Amino acid sequence: MKTTHHLDEATLLRYASGDLDSAFTIVVAAHLAMCDECRQAVRDAEEIGGHMMDHVDEAPVASDAFEKLMARLDTGENEQIEVDLRKNAQSDSDVPLPLRELIGEHLDDVSWRLVAPGVRKHEIRMGKKGESFLYMLNISPGMAVPEHGHGGAEMTLILSGAYRDKLGVFGPGDVADLDEHIEHQPIVEPGEACICLVATETPTRFKDLISRLMQPFVRI
Amino acid sequence: MRSALNLAQNDEDTDRVDDPTLLKQAMVRVAKEQDRDAFHFLFSYFAPRVKAVLLKAGSSESQAEDLMQDVMMTVWRKAKLYAPERGSVNAWVFTVARNARIDLLRRASSRPYDDVYEIELESDVASGEDEMFETERAERVSEALAELPEEQRQIIELGFIEDMSQSEIAEKLDLPLGTVKSRMRLAYGKMKSKLEAVR
Repeated sequence: MKTTHHLDEATLLRYASGDLDSAFTIVVAAHLAMCDECRQAVRDAEEIGGHMMDHVDEAPVASDAFEKLMARLDTGENEQIEVDLRKNAQSDSDVPLPLRELIGEHLDDVSWRLVAPGVRKHEIRMGKKGESFLYMLNISPGMAVPEHGHGGAEMTLILSGAYRDKLGVFGPGDVADLDEHIEHQPIVEPGEACICLVATETPTRFKDLISRLMQPFVRI
Repeated sequence: MRSALNLAQNDEDTDRVDDPTLLKQAMVRVAKEQDRDAFHFLFSYFAPRVKAVLLKAGSSESQAEDLMQDVMMTVWRKAKLYAPERGSVNAWVFTVARNARIDLLRRASSRPYDDVYEIELESDVASGEDEMFETERAERVSEALAELPEEQRQIIELGFIEDMSQSEIAEKLDLPLGTVKSRMRLAYGKMKSKLEAVR
């Protein structure tokens, strides 16, 4: 799959350092599942972590630390994990691996709720309160993708279909990794519905009074 | 190999292993032969570093010691999943420690990271490359980091080692969030331009 819209470089570093919350981690991981180029970029970013750890001032460990670990090995409960790559390779799933645990193996099996004409939504429950939202949108051809950033950062990954905005055409695997300053109005391309995975920051403040007043109406 | 291991172990004052292939060889022996001497070498090298990172990320002394034990146990258990052609042992152990931090300190899930790593292992993009390719990339990353201006290096260190979020970094350094992001991008850009020669 050839993707043309990739992750922001600051996002790659945040993912590699473990700084993203659950919702954004899932969207990034799902993009990485579809994008060889960004996986290479993450490997490079993880080398940064390796280098930094290599140059840290060492902290002394307990004098019996190694013996303790060996004793745990001797219980026989800590056998080495064998490499087993069949899980993904044998699947006929059209859902990226990091998302399968949350929505199942097939996009067709997702249950949708109509939230506006031509717009269906599937919410994915995340663990904690106050964390970013994660959900999927299923938007009919020719329809506008509703405004959903609520003034915070948002990240949208296309799973099937395509939309177009001023940044270009976004197809399967493409990610719109936008901060709050970018205004855009995507329109779904003719032909098939566009299914995308979206993470948005919990709204903390509204940009201005107008959007505060509009919030109850445009909220999806 | 054995004599090299002993040499490195006895030389407690120069703790950095200058030859990354020593660490790789030890990992391969742990994976293939469950070699405990090789693992002892890895433990001596990584345990104090992993613990230091956990302390810097805010763990107490006893929590850091326990977590370090868990991380090193995972290094043993997952040794067969380490792929030398995909990066340095340092980077791999960093990711094991990072994932433990996410699971245990943040009470979130590192499962998406495992999924991506699994896809990585089965992807054939890098498997055809020889180890030299990744070793050279790792060296270039180190070079680029060594040359970073202090204001960029500091932000990378706070994010990767002290486990601070972008907004925490912004607050600590009294900088706008946008400045933290742009310094991250600048740092990444320098690394990338070094890497383009290898690509």
